[in-house]
Amino acid sequence: MNNFGIGQAVRRAEDVRFLTGAGTFTDDMNIDGQAHVYFLRSATAHGIINSIDTADAQQVPGVIAIFTGEDTEADKLPPLQSFTRVKNLSGEDNYVPRRPALNRVRVRFVGDLVAMVIAETAIAARDAAELIYVHMEDLPSVVNTARALDDDAPVLWEDNASNLCVHWENRDKTAVEEIFAGAPYVAEVTFVNNRLIANPMEPRAALADYDPEMDVTTLHCPIQGVVRMASTLATRILDIPMEKMHVVAKDVGGGFGVRSKCYPENLLMVWAAKKLQRPLKWLGDRNDTMVSDNHGRDQVTVARLALDTDGKILAMWDDSIANMGAYTFEMGPTIPTLIGQRSMGTAYAVPALYHSIRCVFTNTTPVDSYRGAGRPESVYVMERLMEEAARITGLDPVEIRRRNFIPLDAFPYTNTQNIPIDSGEFETILDKALEKADWAGFGDRRRDSENRGKLRGIGIGFSLETSGGFEKEHSRVRIDADGTATVYVGTFSHGQSHETVFPQIAHELLGIDYKNIRFIDAADNFVVPAGAGTSASRSSMMGGGAIHGACMLAIDKGKAIAAHLLQADAAEVAFADGVFSAGGGSVTFAEVAEAAHDADRLPDGMQPGFDEKHMYERSSDNFNYPNGCHIAEVEVDPETGVVTVERYTGVDDNGVILNPMVVHGQLHGGIAMGLGQALFEQTDYEEGSGQLISASFMNYNVPRAWQLPTMEVGSHSVPCKTNPLGVKGCGESGTCAAPPAAVNAVLNALKPLGVTHIDMPMTQDRVWRTIQEAKASQS
Amino acid sequence: MYDFDYQRPTSKEAAIEAHKASDDGMFLAGGQTMIPVLKQRLAMPSLVVDLGAIGDLAGIERSGDTIQIGAMTTHAAVAASDVVKDAIPALAVLAGVIGDPHVRNRGTIGGSVVNNDPAADYPAGLLGLGATVVTDRRQIAADDFFLGMFETALEEGELVTRIDFPVPEKAGYLKFENPASGYAIVGVMASTGPAGTRVAVTGAGPGVFRVEAMEQVLSQSFTADALDGITVPADGLNNDIHAAADYRAHLIGVIARRAVEAATGA
Repeated sequence: MNNFGIGQAVRRAEDVRFLTGAGTFTDDMNIDGQAHVYFLRSATAHGIINSIDTADAQQVPGVIAIFTGEDTEADKLPPLQSFTRVKNLSGEDNYVPRRPALNRVRVRFVGDLVAMVIAETAIAARDAAELIYVHMEDLPSVVNTARALDDDAPVLWEDNASNLCVHWENRDKTAVEEIFAGAPYVAEVTFVNNRLIANPMEPRAALADYDPEMDVTTLHCPIQGVVRMASTLATRILDIPMEKMHVVAKDVGGGFGVRSKCYPENLLMVWAAKKLQRPLKWLGDRNDTMVSDNHGRDQVTVARLALDTDGKILAMWDDSIANMGAYTFEMGPTIPTLIGQRSMGTAYAVPALYHSIRCVFTNTTPVDSYRGAGRPESVYVMERLMEEAARITGLDPVEIRRRNFIPLDAFPYTNTQNIPIDSGEFETILDKALEKADWAGFGDRRRDSENRGKLRGIGIGFSLETSGGFEKEHSRVRIDADGTATVYVGTFSHGQSHETVFPQIAHELLGIDYKNIRFIDAADNFVVPAGAGTSASRSSMMGGGAIHGACMLAIDKGKAIAAHLLQADAAEVAFADGVFSAGGGSVTFAEVAEAAHDADRLPDGMQPGFDEKHMYERSSDNFNYPNGCHIAEVEVDPETGVVTVERYTGVDDNGVILNPMVVHGQLHGGIAMGLGQALFEQTDYEEGSGQLISASFMNYNVPRAWQLPTMEVGSHSVPCKTNPLGVKGCGESGTCAAPPAAVNAVLNALKPLGVTHIDMPMTQDRVWRTIQEAKASQS
Repeated sequence: MYDFDYQRPTSKEAAIEAHKASDDGMFLAGGQTMIPVLKQRLAMPSLVVDLGAIGDLAGIERSGDTIQIGAMTTHAAVAASDVVKDAIPALAVLAGVIGDPHVRNRGTIGGSVVNNDPAADYPAGLLGLGATVVTDRRQIAADDFFLGMFETALEEGELVTRIDFPVPEKAGYLKFENPASGYAIVGVMASTGPAGTRVAVTGAGPGVFRVEAMEQVLSQSFTADALDGITVPADGLNNDIHAAADYRAHLIGVIARRAVEAATGA
């Protein structure tokens, strides 16, 4: 039995260094002679900067320089802008704010940068920052998504008529309205998809160093792709050649989407290191993470589902407002619109859809990618609607889903957004999940809870999302004369086990011993110069697809060499289990590798060397579609409003599974984040002051291990038909399925009280209050 | 953290002297609040006097019907103490639900009491059990010790050395936690014994307080059912993103009832 191939639970190679404190994170890196940076942020949500007085701060011993927006403007440091544009129905692009790295004129959220202090020590830099006086004229602020477009809302961008960034719509509204007008049933839900702060364990940090001889700047920072960071800085912002921008990230303590961005601090570190000709070090703290890492979600939605008398979906309607924060960050309005809409309708046959998103500016931290980026929002809309549809039609929540799944004979199924879904066995997955969760035994468990004075509920979150992300990925497989291989790939690991899993693919395909395969992550753009990094659960399909392509090239070359060694035609050479054979003879991969580096043993015209490169490219509508059925079972204490998740079960289709232990780990992590959103994570801005009042772990409840249930995660794999390995993503399944599963379970528990709606996070106070209101309206 | 001088004396006397000689000194016990406060630059002492090397400030003893706990005794030590578990199991429960294992292994009873965080557990423990705070110069009843938020009756440079708890007949402690911080949204110590019948609430208001209406009915009948119909007004209670004042008022009723149930084994 092959213990290291595809599908084996190979133990993580990286765990040894992570668990023994031997990882190399940005803050572990230091350069002799480095100076230290402190970034001063605005404490005001919205204001005009009249002046910034740095005179006292300059006097602090050890201060090297204090930069403000005047310095960056004098040096013509370009502003940051989002990569992408979203058009409205008239074809006009979204409003694109220009975000200065340091603000000279105006601040727009608490956390906006106003000064950069550089000193011999980090303490001196912080001391000096406390003596910088920012004279600010306060402006009224708006922080509430639903109020951003109110007539009296203060407008953030003076050359934009309102706080509307773009009003995106995808379909003919009138046609869908007509379906609704004639529908026997219309389910409607209104809810908030709550704003989240990802909180990677590692705060942001940076180490920048300029080499005047080579005119190259090196930046170390925690990111999700070195090439993306280098190209953003070099190409999009600074307009310098790529070979002048060197980006290195060895170990990174969590990505979640928020580490994929080029933040203003990164740009300022690169700029200032060159300006001062001094290596610069910055380590942010948790408060920096809370107020300045991009946030996620934050939408308010009114959604409707039109159904026929059998409970079959006729049409769907989603009218949402999505908060961008003060600026559009790298992806900005693309996430709720172009990305989120693709899988709207998820696993169900939805014949018609009207979808409208108003992206709005507020005086809050910019909102951008957060594990799932648009797809969890779509899943949440769909699953809340299914539950409401079950209620108004009187159908069982299981039955109504069964009636509406995309049927097996409909694949490939093109949804209303023209996304071709290749495969899925949704009803089988539902049945497996129901069995694994012992859905049938719920009644007994509910009685047991009731005997203890508790309410019990069970709920389904059925998810389907689009994985794949950036459309190209690069890999290189180099085979040395000793028969060992080195695999390079342009995706990036910030914890997802690439060192373990990618060599499994090469081992499976090439038959080279697992221990003889080295893996080079794209941690340095001067070593791995191409690659799009990590986003949208893309590594398995895109990185895996690229490795597959490079391995196929290596096998082809190996066949040509083997044919020469065996004196056979290349077309006759067969390759299996690391052995090339033709006629009666055979040669091992190691023998072929040795010959490949020996000019005397190669066919005429073949250069020595064995180094294959492949760029894997997917077409723009070729995603993969991870899907799954998650079932949460909760107990609610009606006296206190405390919700505990008693059981949690999931059955997921993640396509061909490369390493089941790693897939389960991804699912567990995603479920934890999803339950965090559903139950605990409350990002609160204070109206009026615009302060982020949940900006510490004392107030922001990232779920603790003891707050989470044991997760029973199973799998039903349906290989994806449109990528070479048959893989589907797994990184975001949990954040898609867990929130609706938990909310539907709580609604089920509160159903006897007449409760039909509750928003996330379902905090103790909110649940208690919902119960009180239900009791009051019943009596 | 701002710069400060640091001393680690080995006797109470030396610690008090060092503090007296400083402009703006602070005693450091377990540091579970004070170190984060210093790190966030919310305090700027000229001198920190670390009490960690003074051996005779820690320890638990029973003296007749009193449990004496040295000020530098950690929460973990109180939670694990057979003396405490035998005499006042509710106090061991209280110590065992403070913070997390790291906090319990470093944090001390003296440090917690002196800090008087309005959501800390020990203030409810002392007030709800009728304890006495012993200092280098006097004894202060818990009823007189806890003043406003983060304020106590201690004078400048006064050092808490010990807390004395009378052994109650019955006592129960229950904490309803803020799930983010682990501090009490409402924590209730209910007891009856030589210190009278007491219901002390932490977390709900600007400081620990007793609920007279509950104490009255419980002094007649120390049972959970005796609390039926007793409500606490929301006026003056804390109101934050985790719990509005009306919710806290409601929770005081629920948690008090459960604390009495714990005390009576119901």
